[in-house]
Amino acid sequence: MGKAKVKPGPLGRRPDNSAFKQQRLPAWSPMLTANSVLPFFYVMAVICMVLGVWLLLTVQSTQEIKVDYTDAGTCNVCLEMRKNVSNAAKSCSCTVRFEIQKAFKGDVFFYYGLRNFHQNLRRYMDSRDDGQLVGKKANLKNPSSYCEPFSKDPSGLPVAPCGAVANSMFNDSFSLTYHGSSGLTAAVPLLRRGITWYTDKNIKFHNPKIDNLTLPQVFEGTAKPLYWQRPVYQFEPLDPNNNGFINDDLIVWMREAAFPNFKKLYGILNRTNKPFKNGLPAGNYSVEISYNFPVQYFQGRKGVVLTTLTWFGGQNYFLPIAYLVTSGLILLVAVVLTVVWWKFGKNGNNMQE
Amino acid sequence: MTVLKEIPEKWFPIILPQQRKKHKGLDGGKSKKNRAEEERRVRANDREYNEKFQYASNCIMTSKYNVITFLPVNLFEQFQEVANTYFLFLLILQLIPQISSLSWFTTIVPLALVLSITAVKDATDDYFRHKSDNQVNNRQSQVLIRGSLQHEKWMNVRVGDIIKLENNQFVSADLLLLSSSEPHGLCYIETAELDGETNMKVRQSVSVTCELGDPNNLASFDGEVVCEPPNNKLDRFCGTLHWRGRRYGLTNQNMLLRGCVLRNTEACYGLVIFAGPDTKLMQNSGRTKFKRTSIDRLMNTLVLWIFGFLVCMGVILAVGNAVWEGEVGSLFQSYLPWEPPVDNFLFSAFLSFWSYVIILNTVVPISLYVSVEVIRLGHSYFINWDQQMFCAQCNTAAEARTTTLNEELGQVEYIFSDKTGTLTQNIMTFNKCSINGKTYGEVTEPLGPQPKRLDFTPFNPLADPSFCFYDDALLESVKVGESLTHEFFRLLSLCHTVMSEEKSEGELLYKAQSPDEGALVTAARSFGFVFRSRTPGTITTTEMGRPVTYTLLAILDFNNIRKRMSVIVRNPEGRIRLYCKGADTVLLERLQPCNQELINITSDHLNEYAADGLRTLALAYRDLSEDQWEAWSESHRCADKATDCREDRLAAAYEHIEQDMMLLGATAIEDKLQEGVPETIAVLSLANIKIWVLTGDKQETAVNIGYSCKMLTDDMTEVFIISGHTVQSVRQELRRARERMIAVSRGRDGGKEGWGEARCADNGCKGGQGGDAGGGEKQLQCSAPPPSSFMDSISGEFALVVNGHSLAHALEADMEAEFVSTACACKAVICCRVTPLQKAQVVELIKKHRNAVTLAIGDGANDVSMIKSAHIGVGISGQEGIQAVLASDYSFAQFRFLQRLLLVHGRWSYLRMCRFLCYFFYKNFAFTMVHFWFGFFCGFSAQTVYDQYFITLYNIVFTSLPVLAMGIFDQDVPDRRSLEYPKLYEPGQLNLLFNKRQFFICIAQGIYTSVVLFFVPCIILSDATQSTGVPLADYQTFAVATATALVIVVSVQIALDTGFWTVFNHVFVWGSLGSYFTIMFALHSQSLFGIFPNQFHFVGSAQSTLLQPVVWLTIALATAICVVPVLAVRFLKLDLKPQLSDTVRHTQLVRQKKRKPAGCGVGGAWRGTGSASEGRLGARGGSRRSGYAFAHQEGFGELITSGKNMRLSSLALATFASRHSSSWIDTLRRKKQGPGPPSAPEEGGPAPSVPPLSNSSSVLGGSQDAPLEEEAARNTQPDPAPSQIAPAPASDSGGAAPAGSAQEAGAGPLGAATARCHGGDAPGGWMLTLGSVQVSCLYMEPCDRSSALTPASSSLPQEEGRRGPHRRGHRVGRTLCRHGNHPAKLKAGGSYQADTTHTK
Repeated sequence: MGKAKVKPGPLGRRPDNSAFKQQRLPAWSPMLTANSVLPFFYVMAVICMVLGVWLLLTVQSTQEIKVDYTDAGTCNVCLEMRKNVSNAAKSCSCTVRFEIQKAFKGDVFFYYGLRNFHQNLRRYMDSRDDGQLVGKKANLKNPSSYCEPFSKDPSGLPVAPCGAVANSMFNDSFSLTYHGSSGLTAAVPLLRRGITWYTDKNIKFHNPKIDNLTLPQVFEGTAKPLYWQRPVYQFEPLDPNNNGFINDDLIVWMREAAFPNFKKLYGILNRTNKPFKNGLPAGNYSVEISYNFPVQYFQGRKGVVLTTLTWFGGQNYFLPIAYLVTSGLILLVAVVLTVVWWKFGKNGNNMQE
Repeated sequence: MTVLKEIPEKWFPIILPQQRKKHKGLDGGKSKKNRAEEERRVRANDREYNEKFQYASNCIMTSKYNVITFLPVNLFEQFQEVANTYFLFLLILQLIPQISSLSWFTTIVPLALVLSITAVKDATDDYFRHKSDNQVNNRQSQVLIRGSLQHEKWMNVRVGDIIKLENNQFVSADLLLLSSSEPHGLCYIETAELDGETNMKVRQSVSVTCELGDPNNLASFDGEVVCEPPNNKLDRFCGTLHWRGRRYGLTNQNMLLRGCVLRNTEACYGLVIFAGPDTKLMQNSGRTKFKRTSIDRLMNTLVLWIFGFLVCMGVILAVGNAVWEGEVGSLFQSYLPWEPPVDNFLFSAFLSFWSYVIILNTVVPISLYVSVEVIRLGHSYFINWDQQMFCAQCNTAAEARTTTLNEELGQVEYIFSDKTGTLTQNIMTFNKCSINGKTYGEVTEPLGPQPKRLDFTPFNPLADPSFCFYDDALLESVKVGESLTHEFFRLLSLCHTVMSEEKSEGELLYKAQSPDEGALVTAARSFGFVFRSRTPGTITTTEMGRPVTYTLLAILDFNNIRKRMSVIVRNPEGRIRLYCKGADTVLLERLQPCNQELINITSDHLNEYAADGLRTLALAYRDLSEDQWEAWSESHRCADKATDCREDRLAAAYEHIEQDMMLLGATAIEDKLQEGVPETIAVLSLANIKIWVLTGDKQETAVNIGYSCKMLTDDMTEVFIISGHTVQSVRQELRRARERMIAVSRGRDGGKEGWGEARCADNGCKGGQGGDAGGGEKQLQCSAPPPSSFMDSISGEFALVVNGHSLAHALEADMEAEFVSTACACKAVICCRVTPLQKAQVVELIKKHRNAVTLAIGDGANDVSMIKSAHIGVGISGQEGIQAVLASDYSFAQFRFLQRLLLVHGRWSYLRMCRFLCYFFYKNFAFTMVHFWFGFFCGFSAQTVYDQYFITLYNIVFTSLPVLAMGIFDQDVPDRRSLEYPKLYEPGQLNLLFNKRQFFICIAQGIYTSVVLFFVPCIILSDATQSTGVPLADYQTFAVATATALVIVVSVQIALDTGFWTVFNHVFVWGSLGSYFTIMFALHSQSLFGIFPNQFHFVGSAQSTLLQPVVWLTIALATAICVVPVLAVRFLKLDLKPQLSDTVRHTQLVRQKKRKPAGCGVGGAWRGTGSASEGRLGARGGSRRSGYAFAHQEGFGELITSGKNMRLSSLALATFASRHSSSWIDTLRRKKQGPGPPSAPEEGGPAPSVPPLSNSSSVLGGSQDAPLEEEAARNTQPDPAPSQIAPAPASDSGGAAPAGSAQEAGAGPLGAATARCHGGDAPGGWMLTLGSVQVSCLYMEPCDRSSALTPASSSLPQEEGRRGPHRRGHRVGRTLCRHGNHPAKLKAGGSYQADTTHTK
């Protein structure tokens, strides 16, 4: 601004004759002609159709079973027991039985699911200290204010890990047993490792490190979260790669769900031994649950889910159906447009001045 | 926002106030202090005394900031804007932890960006203001300090200083003129910078000070001025000078105001009265009101609505929150207890409301305002850069002076245009003539080779080199010596009121007060009849190389009624002849009937010329015998002296002598239209823009121009002329026009409108009654205008011509509506004789009644008011002053650029802005409403859907550039097409592209998109897992998937909206997408998380999410669902109801396909045709519209005969003296010795005191009495020198006046003139209270002619012989003017001494 250089001569102030300044830049000005729009619609319809069919076929090869154990089987006893806060320290276990009619082929994933548990509340989600979880020593002893009121225990010790998310960690544990048709009973081996995001396990969560100190020593001077039964360094004292902040269950829990009904990965079927080499054989199963997590306060439900996966995840009928419906609608629109074009706009009749 | 361009130095003083418009700034404070000032006392040459009052110094400061105050003041100003305060408020909300649903930086980043961009702009502007201030403040002026002239900077000039000004210098402060190098303390100024008037004005010093002459006297001057405090009235000043125990009244006539330029005056001295911010120039600045476009207003309304909508959403969600907290949240408390201040769900809901206000604030994004400004700025630059709006002749490019109005250019419905200088070039060229029945100047073959321009120089060295004429038959005729041809040009060289200035031998400069006179005299000059110089009593010409001096016996001046002017001259041989030129209508009646044949032929020629749109004059002469002349001159003198009905008597006397004339021929002058005016008007009216011409010109001239620029055509059904003088007659004329229109249109429509018929009949009958001027109330009721809808439907082409006085009535409150409905039914409206104020009133009228966008275009100071009051003001630059340009929003050099400005730039701007706004609201609703849906799933806890960085960057990075590129570069059809199809302009006028309906459609589309964007991922992802079995239903995955889908959907949408994919659009669209992914991956990267783990929770999300096929399937599905309906609807619209622009585009495509190799030199070709177009279009076979087209003002004859306006520069005088040692000087000398009664001025007679010119009509004394200025009267004259004359004061002067010399017979009616002579060394002078000549008679056209100049005489023996040849003329000039029937308050009257020329 203001520094227009003036060339001498009668045309000194003449603006440059550049395509940009004269707004004559070469440009592509597309137009919605029937030649481009109608084929586009048909192609879209076909693509959606193909995708939908493909996805549908894929989904149909998956299997899934959901078992709600909130008050199923012997668990109603535990449910009643958990209603009383004074029993919080007492352990309670129960068993739920279910049947798999058709064998689950391939990898089988074991999830626990919660209903009506709002991990997506703003204050809940904020109530954590990623600095502490990544192992920053300053944050360990001095948790972020976002953790309030779960940053200090009643005695004033800093809580590790602090915050509402960690405090409310799901602490039921499961053991799955197979009751084969031949009376064979076998514990279903579950891999409890590798159930987190790679980035979470390796970047987002680290145990604080102080030279030569063991984990319990590092955590000395911190308190366990209020609702926890054990401190964080006692998840798996024998496995340093799965203890403390880098415990897989903790990491899984800390990845908050977007919606109040969610499932989280608990374990993956270990297919090294028979009879689980090809997945879960058909038959009866029982889950023995160490029933700790109270859901009755918030009228929630909890359950377990067993499922096999395809390339795009678990059993998910919505996606293929949505594609098929969309395809149908696009096709419908395309036909309507074609008819309209044929009747009214063909040959650019309306385009004549 | 003013686009600063290089400002020519000369424009400086006026540029400043322009820039000041927005702020009251620093000097506002000063003027506040001065407001307490009740009167101002200034003592000359006494700084100590003046310092007591602490008057403002001459240092001006238009800048707002300095280095220290910049930040606080600028921020303060910026936060006065509602939008900025709103965001500041949001920011404060975000700092409350309980409410803060978003980090503070989501608001502060955009806010800081906006603030800093604005601050940088303000700083740049202010820097230039500083620079210009410095430049002005550091200008040099000569200040008289302790008796010597010293150079001082302007800013160091103090009140009370005496300043010397030289010719062509700017006046540096408001000065009291003390003395000047010119006689009588006269000095000439040009006030173009102040009020835009280019004509020169005279200022005169108080008589006592004008003698102070040289610096030594001035240094001892210790007069004290007491005057009014600073004010902004340019034409008023009131004060008193106290000096030597006497008081002298001061008026505006004594003042030189800052911003004026001294002209034709060697030097003058002035006393600084007001300095710096107190000057009238500065006091006048800062009143420009800020214009807003209709889109702006709509946008503000919509933003308010959106704000309301935001509050509604907030309330809904807060209620939801209350319910949820009550039902669910309270149970969930063991996991998430309420925060300490929250003790119940209601309070939680209250907090949640504010939290949601923060989250949802992006529906009114801060970037909206910034983007709009940026787009407008871009459009303004395109206007500035447009080569096709560059005028090569005057080297001026178009300039968008305001950058906030561009899209309004696409919605103009009414154009109000000035005529002179806007439609016409105000250049008159002598085009054709008819001499003795033979027509010359016809270019025979218009298609043949360009006829050669005649070269006059070999034949006549004095010819005007710039004069163009093509017909050499005329030159031949002159050379051959045809007596009538000679007589024809002799007439042209004698019968006029032009003044000449001869700088050096042969270099003549004519100063004509009307350009047509100049053209005629120039023509005569080129054909060998060179008008060289004039004195009050003689005219000297060079005829065919031979110098001839004619004695000017009388000028029978022009006036509106006479429509002609004559001169009576005596040639050297002693023959007396009357030369007359005038309108054919009046002149042809006064011819000798004998040459009827010639009259018929000439009349045919006149018709021909008129049909060509030329201005015609008929020329005639009459030989007078000595007796006739004697007799007439006697009767004329009687008439002139008559005290009652002087005008009528004079007119009768003129009438008497202008009889039995012999026709010489006729001239045709072309009032050159600007290039391309008719074409432009045609195109604009095709674009449904109504053009009104508002001109100060006379009706005939205006109508003539109306025809030549094709506003009026011969195939128009009817042209109504409203010229009534009374309310009744105007009303009646308007009604008649309406009735006629209705009748005609009913006739056309086959009388299908029964209602109209009834209405018309009704009007008709009552109109009859009302016609008897007694209708009163009844008539008022009956003449209520028919509903405009009815008037709108009138078919047929009508035009309306309204006269100034009728317009005054038509603009009265009760007739407004009637006038508007009549005028708006016409295709063309011409208002003539319009005052500047009325121009503005007309504009306001349309604004008020029509709710239409108006554009005013003009070039002069008289257009400023209308330019300011119209929605858009356009100034024609490079012609008459710069006042109009400074007041305007856009300026360019030629009227024809208007079509490009409106049809191309305006249309594009409107289109782009509309598309931009539609898209902008869409994208923000699509973005924000997702939060709303999410609220129902997250317990209304004000959790955002997206990462907060995404929220921060969405509007300023991810989606800003593509839409900006569209807003700046988009074109639906190329510029050439929009000029070819003016109808394309209509959507803008009807406001079709962006209105409330469009807005709701955009909003609906946005909400639809947000629904899709939320629910599709929600449903799909809640069940989906990664291939490793890890569920995808976690919050971060959902956030990333939704955000990605959103960015892709809005990008696809902008791609659909963009109609013109330039390289920038590609870069920005793809670049935005690319930047989204890049930035997302960067923000979710390990390194950032490593540094700020608590700020970047989303580490790894982008990688984990975007690698999942199911996420992409989700995004694809969402995109398809969002886009397909839009595409279908657009296609259907295009197919079923194509807009004209679509059609044009389609044909364009088809054409392109047909012939691929299309040239690209579109612009050049168009430009070529534009410049090749003839300025004038012949309209053969039209009705006869011979107009007496004198753009003439009466009263000039008097000035000439009085010699008052004669600037006898030393050179001219010298040459004059050497060449003719003739009678004039001798008479002067003789008069000096023996003063004679001015009433006996016969040449050679015994009264030598008066030059022979005194028998001309204008010389005789005025008859008006006027109140004598008290001050002047009290100023008694001690002792008149014997040879000096003290004019007798008028009887009512009421002052003790010295006995006037008896010979002052003519001084009897001298009225107000109180002339005083000073004895001793003070040269004789006349106390003058001059009503300014130009105010009363030159400037105000409509005033009736009533003026007189009374000769007086005086002589100054004391001074004689001091240096150089002295000459004295004795003239008492008084110029009177009557407005209507009220005698003007006569302030004028006086006499002044003959020039004392200083030969250098």
